[in-house]
Amino acid sequence: MDVDADTVRRIARLARLRVTEEEVAALQGELSGILDWIEQLDEVDTSVVEPLTRVIPMTLKKRADKVTDGEIEEQILANAPAQEDAMFAVPKVVE
Amino acid sequence: MTELTHLTLAEARDRLKRKDVSATELTKAFLDAIARGNDALNAYVLPTPEHALKQAGESDARLAKGQDRALEGLPLGIKDLYCTKGVRTTACSNVLGDFTPTYESTVTQNLWDAGAIMLGKLNNDEFAMGSSNETSRFGPVTNPWRRKGSNVGLVPGGSSGGSSAAVAADLCLAATATDTGGSIRQPAAITGTVGIKPTYGRCSRWGIVAFASSLDQAGPITKTVRDAAIMLRHMASTDPKDSTSVEFIVPDYEAAIGRSIKGLKVGVPKEYRMDGMPAEIEELWQKGVSWLKDAGASVQEVSLPHTKYALPAYYIVAPAEASSNLARYDGVRYGEREPGGDLIGTYEATRGAGFGAEVRRRVLIGTYVLSAGYYDAYYIKAQKVRSLIKRDFDEAFEKVDVLLTPTTPGPAFGIGEVSGDPVQMYLNDIFTVTVNMAGLPGISVPAGLSSEATPLGLQLIGKPFDEETLFRVGAVIEAAAGRFTPPQAWWAPVGTRRR
Repeated sequence: MDVDADTVRRIARLARLRVTEEEVAALQGELSGILDWIEQLDEVDTSVVEPLTRVIPMTLKKRADKVTDGEIEEQILANAPAQEDAMFAVPKVVE
Repeated sequence: MTELTHLTLAEARDRLKRKDVSATELTKAFLDAIARGNDALNAYVLPTPEHALKQAGESDARLAKGQDRALEGLPLGIKDLYCTKGVRTTACSNVLGDFTPTYESTVTQNLWDAGAIMLGKLNNDEFAMGSSNETSRFGPVTNPWRRKGSNVGLVPGGSSGGSSAAVAADLCLAATATDTGGSIRQPAAITGTVGIKPTYGRCSRWGIVAFASSLDQAGPITKTVRDAAIMLRHMASTDPKDSTSVEFIVPDYEAAIGRSIKGLKVGVPKEYRMDGMPAEIEELWQKGVSWLKDAGASVQEVSLPHTKYALPAYYIVAPAEASSNLARYDGVRYGEREPGGDLIGTYEATRGAGFGAEVRRRVLIGTYVLSAGYYDAYYIKAQKVRSLIKRDFDEAFEKVDVLLTPTTPGPAFGIGEVSGDPVQMYLNDIFTVTVNMAGLPGISVPAGLSSEATPLGLQLIGKPFDEETLFRVGAVIEAAAGRFTPPQAWWAPVGTRRR
């Protein structure tokens, strides 16, 4: 599997990850190497196998639809890099 | 007189109860050991002496009143992946900055409720991604063990390298750790310590920084098998805050130690005899077989035909889940923000600057295998292979009670020796990763020394929720092999002699 530079840039964009042009070149080689190694899975016949969805048989637990928590605005905002009027502040999104 | 820091968790517990040592004395002995030894080892990324002494004072008050709890006054180290209320938690990533949780992880809360004391936060690979503890934002951890006649710094394994180094160097009685592909068992094996990854669902994942949610489990690294049994009993619980936490009662694991293994059926999976396996690993494995036979177990070969596919399948599943879990680090709600013009630019700058090289690599691989057109070919394919791996184990466990394998393909390597090639590094987890893929419990027990005079471990794999058998059989290996401690405390400047 040859990962080209455009693919690296496209994936980085999807992952919201800034990469420099130097990194793009290095990542091409590294990602190709990893994907080549992963390709050995093609040897395994999985035509009649279900994908695994849980390792331990269990049904998803349910709880009553009741509020058990809240009124912790200060705690939620405690680690915010920027806040304003009890809200997370971000760069302007809408002009 | 034995130094207090040399005590096992069980010995310290018994001496506290007998009142021939106080929790404060014990805690001070460890804080002193950390002050002297941590510069050289880099096991702790944040010692918390004031916090520890406050907890020790409370423990002493309870001990005086006879109100002591199961782990009263026992000083522990906590992997920096566990959220600790009011104490900086970073997963050893720059992206989390000085994140200070306003809540406590369920596992650590269980430990504090049982009376344990926190000495500090321990180093790990960034977001637990690594097998050598070389990807931490705080720099590598050095293994307390050295090759015979050499001063070269060795890795303590990863991702729980701070935990394994701190336990091996007597900088805590025991430590918490986490295991997604081998991150408890591999570091335990190459530092001469005991590490158990319990069955998926046995410990709550709530409040532990997520890496790959279908694989992550908490567990302890300790000096002895008994200590691991004590720790796991008080880490495990049923937690309404984690929907994958199971509702089974936590057994008294310690009671399994010393029980006979007469008549127990042990399986040796033939596919773990890999091409090019070093002779000393094969010999260690055979020694393990002999010890278990001598203790009355029967040993037979079993087959796990899909073993070789576990690692490549893991390197689809784990990065896929990681890329999704790590989407939350966007510089908005917590951590370091790197301004980048508009909002998307800020996300990209924050994540580009905050994640290290290995984390970036895995986020990109994960994003790639989940992207449109590739999801079935990679992710679904890997989850199908995972079904086959699980079926292999199910079939083996119809014939045997427990499996015996090596823990790692070799002993500790030097810092910087393997970091050039990601796939070479991934091969460290070849014997451990199958266990995570199938959700099973696995323990690593020290079993001998390599030709370089550094530790090697044997792994036992159990049926789901049969940790008791792992402790029972692990104790037999430990009794036969003996304990392994570094010959010299080179990291403590005064040149104190051990034992």
